[in-house]
Amino acid sequence: MSLYAKTIRELNDKLKQKEISAVEIVEAALRRIDAVETRIGAFRTVTSDSALAQAKAVDAKIGRGEPISPLAGIPGAIKDNICTFGVPTTCGSKILAQFVPPYNATVMDRLAAKDAVIIGKTNMDEFAMGSSTENSAFGTTRNPWHTAYVPGGSSGGSAAAVAAGEAIWALGSDTGGSIRQPAAYCGVVGLKPTYGRVSRYGLVAYASSLDQIGPITRDVTDCALVLNAIAGYDPQDSTSVKADAPDFTAALAAGVKGLKVGIPREYFSPGLSDNVRAAAQDAIKRLTAQGAEIIEVSMPHTEYALSAYYLIATAEASSNLARYDGVGYGHRGSGNDIIAMYKKTRTEGFGEEVRRRIMLGTYALSSGYYDAYYLKALKVRTLVKRDFDRAFEQVDVLLTPTTPTQAFRVGEKVNDPLAMYLEDVLTVPINLAGIPAISVPCGLADGMPVGVQFIGKPLDEATILRAAYALEQSGEWQNRIAPAGEV
Amino acid sequence: MKYETVIGLEVHTELKTESKIFCGCSTRFGAEQNTNVCPVCLGLPGVLPVLNEKVVEFAIRTGLALNCTIAPFSKFDRKNYYYPDLPKNFQTSQYDLPIAINGYLDIAVNGETKRIGITRVHMEEDAGKLVHAGTIAKSDYALVDYNRTGVPLLEIVSEPDIRSPEEAKAYLEKLKTILQYIDVSDCKMEEGSLRCDANISLRPAGSTKLGTKTEIKNLNSFRSVQRGLEYEVLRQTEVLEEGGRIIQETRSWDENRGITVSLRSKEHAHDYRYFPEPDLIPIVTDEKRIQAIRESLPELPDARKARLMRDYGLSGYDAEVITASRAMADFFDAAVSLGSDPKATANWLMGDMSRMLNAAGLSVEEAPVTPAKLAGLLALISKGTISGKIAKTVFEQMWETGKDAETIVTEQGMVQISDEGAIIAVIDAVIAANPQSVADYRAGKEQALGFLVGQVMKQTKGRANPQLANKLLKERI
Repeated sequence: MSLYAKTIRELNDKLKQKEISAVEIVEAALRRIDAVETRIGAFRTVTSDSALAQAKAVDAKIGRGEPISPLAGIPGAIKDNICTFGVPTTCGSKILAQFVPPYNATVMDRLAAKDAVIIGKTNMDEFAMGSSTENSAFGTTRNPWHTAYVPGGSSGGSAAAVAAGEAIWALGSDTGGSIRQPAAYCGVVGLKPTYGRVSRYGLVAYASSLDQIGPITRDVTDCALVLNAIAGYDPQDSTSVKADAPDFTAALAAGVKGLKVGIPREYFSPGLSDNVRAAAQDAIKRLTAQGAEIIEVSMPHTEYALSAYYLIATAEASSNLARYDGVGYGHRGSGNDIIAMYKKTRTEGFGEEVRRRIMLGTYALSSGYYDAYYLKALKVRTLVKRDFDRAFEQVDVLLTPTTPTQAFRVGEKVNDPLAMYLEDVLTVPINLAGIPAISVPCGLADGMPVGVQFIGKPLDEATILRAAYALEQSGEWQNRIAPAGEV
Repeated sequence: MKYETVIGLEVHTELKTESKIFCGCSTRFGAEQNTNVCPVCLGLPGVLPVLNEKVVEFAIRTGLALNCTIAPFSKFDRKNYYYPDLPKNFQTSQYDLPIAINGYLDIAVNGETKRIGITRVHMEEDAGKLVHAGTIAKSDYALVDYNRTGVPLLEIVSEPDIRSPEEAKAYLEKLKTILQYIDVSDCKMEEGSLRCDANISLRPAGSTKLGTKTEIKNLNSFRSVQRGLEYEVLRQTEVLEEGGRIIQETRSWDENRGITVSLRSKEHAHDYRYFPEPDLIPIVTDEKRIQAIRESLPELPDARKARLMRDYGLSGYDAEVITASRAMADFFDAAVSLGSDPKATANWLMGDMSRMLNAAGLSVEEAPVTPAKLAGLLALISKGTISGKIAKTVFEQMWETGKDAETIVTEQGMVQISDEGAIIAVIDAVIAANPQSVADYRAGKEQALGFLVGQVMKQTKGRANPQLANKLLKERI
């Protein structure tokens, strides 16, 4: 098996035993990128030179007999809305096409401290607004399982890169499902941590109260390893949680015997596809077989979550994206006065979906509408949170499908924003509540991956990782590489 | 008809913290353009604010000094508007839950105390500065200096309790005094560290309903606050007298033309779309912290004035003038603690000292005459070593040379002559030389004595003890 198809843990073992070098791993990944990238389009920027230099430094460390961290020398891909010093960070937008950050996101500094290799920046829906990676100003990313299908979004580039073997691991960001949904579509593991668990400093904001950075990997163990590297309090992010992050690999194999798994009735609506429903039922069966206790619960406010999400997220976005005005950096349109310049800049620089959400959010915050929309949405958010609190009085984790359907065809929903928004219906409540959730592959159906989602208590990533690990180990899906258009 | 003027003031004051409100950049005024900046205050993609705790402390200090209630739970909000000096195109400010509410300050109006309510005190970030080539109208482009972006501001909003432009000025002066006492702001209007917008309306005398107001901006000095409001009173009176209606609008004070001009009407007012700042957590303040800050407050102007009147017998006017500046009051207390007579100290500070400071354009702290040096001078007067008249000359020399009074007096032989024998010798010579004046005095012409005393002083180059000279002259004639 080629090196690009191995997991972080396997590669780390081989590095420690000096069977292979970090440069060989990076070269294998770069060759894989060369081979499949024209068909997948996962990357915005491939940083070959710096990746090889980082790998060489790790090899030198190993040569000197120094201990290395689990991520040392292992190439990962970074979503293009996470600021990387000296490397373009476009957010999939024309308005930031030329933007090169003069600073690193906190997660980048943390990864560098662990000697992780960064192999490139990945494509995404513009400013993380979308569920298919079709909203990128720089082209659509394809699903490595079938290139006529979308990889999901907005972290579609990161999920596709990991699934196709172009990167061993990746970082995505999740505001309403943007890690978990593409992970489910691409057959990889994706985790959205508790709000505040991972620093947002350097993550270009879409909706500040919902955004979280998280790992996308090929198995649950790797997911825990990447989370270990990026989690923890950051004084530069006032919303970051002042709690020590545990070693998330420690309890992975502890099993689910006696674990109380809640099945929220409202997440199994008639809108689910048969394949998705069957996958979730299969997961329930496998967990039961391992001694988990299955408990049906009700979360009555689930149906209002999507509307509340699209009000809160767009309201925050309308303010967060106001800074792209052509004055200090980024694209500038020409105009005879400042107002004309603003209009030209933002009309030319933003794509249709971003403009739509800015207008929705501006409207929701407008005088006279604030109470009816934004404030009401905040109240719904509280009710959704309470649903989760109540459920977690009874159960340890919740199990749901990640998405109502599997990956859809490229172009299928681009003209129907509402249908696109509905793809987020099972993931957005988790962001509103600020709690952690993981999507884990649950096999192929009709040739395309299906995922299920474990939802956990605040700061209890360890338990959802343990449940996901048990599910993964009981099935046949572990670290699969997608064909990436190869016939 | 007779109208009553109703004024409320919104004051912005820059806090003198070392670093900005949401990042570690320096707040120093006058640095080279765009050198006190970082990704956070430049509002680059992905950055997050971190609240400077010193700003909260200063805001609470201010709230307490203005007799406000400190909010146990306060938060930041985003005020959304587009302007090129605002890199994020929103200002992080406070909206519905400001840090301090419901306070007051007392001002003196025609010798009486009047209480002006403080509606709220809130924290926010300052914007940058636009620089135009030549004039705004003729410039092809504008440059932005972001050094000021993110400098912490307090906005202090008064109730509409002010009834005249003079009261507005008195309110501002008092507010400035308090802010300087508690050491939270330099309050330099010329550097923009104290700015004032005014809301003003008229109503028929006796009415309790508020009239339509206008907001006056660009009031850049205490004088322009008063002049701008005086103009607006006249303008609004004229409009009402002619049967017109006041339009709710924002007007700008034009200092050169001495008028206010319309900027924008209410219909064109911004919808700021305030909403809670999601990147910052709420500020929770417990009673213990408030108490600790309360205890750290210095003696405030009103209390200090009362103490000076009570303990030293100063008049209300003198105490007011001395305590109007914390530095002056500190000077006073220091000199008195060194044994100087309080009344004499007050007179010197309000007289020669203030005159010299004004002439030299110096602040009290920069004065070459220190409290110890003034105390030394006053001691020489009270001991009778020098006369009050000589003392003025000595003071001026102290100011110029930085030497202490005793050194100057000794070096220049200015010691007062209080030796009776020495004075009598001079007197006898003066009597001998001026027989006509002596005869006049004996004939009952009192003013002749003044002439003779003057002659004695002249002969002694002003050094004879004047009281002694007077007494001895009478005895010898």
